[in-house]
Amino acid sequence: MSKNWKSRLSIPLISILAGFVLGAIIMLCLGYDPIMTYEALFTGAWGDPNSIGETLRQATPLILTGLGFSVATSAGFFNIGGAGQYLVGWLSSIWFVLSFPSLPGVVLITGAIAAGAIAGGIWSGIAGVLRAYLKTNEVITTIMLNYIALYLSNWIVKSFLANGDADYSKSIPQSASLRSPFLMELTNNSTFHYGLFIAIVIAIIMAFVMKKTTVGYEIRSIGLNSDASKYAGMSTKKVIILAMTLSGLLAGIGGAVDGIGNYQNILVLASTPSVGFDGLAVALLAYGNPIGIVFASLLFASLKIGGLNIPVVSNTPSEIVDIVIALIIFFVGASYLFEYISKKMKTNKSKGGKA
Amino acid sequence: MNTMTILMTIVSTTLIYASPLIFTSLGGTFSERGGIVNVGLEGIMVIGAFASTVFSISFNETFGAATPWLALIVGGICGLLFSIVHAVATVNLRANHIISGTVLNMLAPAAAVFLTKVIYDGKGQTPIIQQNMSTTDIPLLSKIPVIGDIFFSNTLVIGWIGILLAFASWWVLYKTRFGLRLRSVGENPEAADTLGISVYKMRYSAVLISGMLGGIGGAIMSQAITLNYNVSTIAGQGFMALAAMIFGKWNPIGAMFAALFFGFAQSLSIVGAYIPIISGWNDVVFKVAPYLITIVVLAFFIGKSTAPKADGETFIKSK
Repeated sequence: MSKNWKSRLSIPLISILAGFVLGAIIMLCLGYDPIMTYEALFTGAWGDPNSIGETLRQATPLILTGLGFSVATSAGFFNIGGAGQYLVGWLSSIWFVLSFPSLPGVVLITGAIAAGAIAGGIWSGIAGVLRAYLKTNEVITTIMLNYIALYLSNWIVKSFLANGDADYSKSIPQSASLRSPFLMELTNNSTFHYGLFIAIVIAIIMAFVMKKTTVGYEIRSIGLNSDASKYAGMSTKKVIILAMTLSGLLAGIGGAVDGIGNYQNILVLASTPSVGFDGLAVALLAYGNPIGIVFASLLFASLKIGGLNIPVVSNTPSEIVDIVIALIIFFVGASYLFEYISKKMKTNKSKGGKA
Repeated sequence: MNTMTILMTIVSTTLIYASPLIFTSLGGTFSERGGIVNVGLEGIMVIGAFASTVFSISFNETFGAATPWLALIVGGICGLLFSIVHAVATVNLRANHIISGTVLNMLAPAAAVFLTKVIYDGKGQTPIIQQNMSTTDIPLLSKIPVIGDIFFSNTLVIGWIGILLAFASWWVLYKTRFGLRLRSVGENPEAADTLGISVYKMRYSAVLISGMLGGIGGAIMSQAITLNYNVSTIAGQGFMALAAMIFGKWNPIGAMFAALFFGFAQSLSIVGAYIPIISGWNDVVFKVAPYLITIVVLAFFIGKSTAPKADGETFIKSK
């Protein structure tokens, strides 16, 4: 493990660099100033306490949806449904709080997070059960479940949680919020909340679970070779369902934490929340390593929040940020490119040596 | 509304909403028959919708009434060019197909809105197109009593072209040498390779065809339905087309009927208010139906054997 950490770190780092360089080339070709843009990006994300607070807040759900995606990937499954699981988690947390607004704060917060976790777990558990018993492709089911979640959630918000004809629910009481006057003061009135600490603790727990416990071992061995695991006496069906449920559970917590920490209500959405796919991007960049996911989340959160500052300072459209993120993931996915280049360079060198 | 008008409206709106799905799901069928999973159809549709809109706005004075048709071609070409990213990543660079497809889906909306802002002075959506693809009567066929009124009057011609294209695609895939080769690299690329078929070339063709058809599908969306490009022009239609392809068991004709069915579900959410029994049903039923039905059908009625055997597998030619 420690032997090859350098090579494990090199592909993400090269991909990040390649993504930024290609992004700069695109800007140059269209007549925008990449240096000014990247400078705006950086100061927008880390320039003052308020931006730092916003960046950390943005990273919170990414960590959790990223962890969720990576658990399923360890078991060899592609859980594309992070967006839907996050959304049902968000919805359930707000719904829970609004149903019992007079309960004490601690109960509300734990209850909301539990409700989000259960909802997210059930949502991905459906895909897990179908995969385990009927061999239904989880990529398709989770994509479909994303849209089912979107339309159901919009309908529930409109019919049960909104005041009159509004497109958003009532706000949750202050007692159920993860925000605090202390954190707000510290970050100059940003939306930063305690959710980040929850996310980091969960990341550490997940690192431990995946590396040091039987459950983690079973999940990883199914991912590496499901036939061998079966032969060794593991119940593959049980592990598949467990891995998929755990995956959605984490995304659901992400939704809950974002719901009671950041939004404080739930909205009618026009499309599936982008946090789902961004979490997938985070996990891919970190190669599923829980601690890596925390750092990758910080990077993508910086890009997202810093991106808001781009139109303030320069005339570059802020979508350049999403282009850079997509390019980074392209390079991570197509990392054979770097292998190929380095191989070519080596053979060229050895050829040169012979001649 | 009387029964006849309701029937005419349902058929007409069904075809309108099904058309983008028919083209895109046919594209998906080609790609996956060739062994390349394409979850990037959504992104490809975005590019088609965006490019065709820009073309239409820029050239509607030059080409007049022909503009929407040319816009579809432009959408198809740009979709094809965009799908090269997927082909290079999956065929040459051995990327996981799902990751590469997801990159397309992340890249396309970002790039389209970025370019919209570049072209239209920082605005996040394009202006409305002047020449849209409208419904017309099909000559001769619309004169047939009753049937002509229901099916061929006030209808979207491109939808009928899509239906015919589905049969043509079936013929190409199952009755031509090209189709046999395409399917062979999706079923067993190693065997195809030993027989001298260029797996890489066939897989490139498969992805590029899906790019072209997906681009046309996206273009129909903007030319006939939304009439401009913005972020919500393509909101899940690519995934719905993917669902149609699976529902249709990776068969072009099946995919076309599935697309028509999904178009029907969407039209019911609009026309449903006028139909006695279902008028009380909530809109959410029709919105969720296509996705829910796909899960049920996929889980209980389609065996694992239906998908091409080597679908999603990277082929590495041994030296």
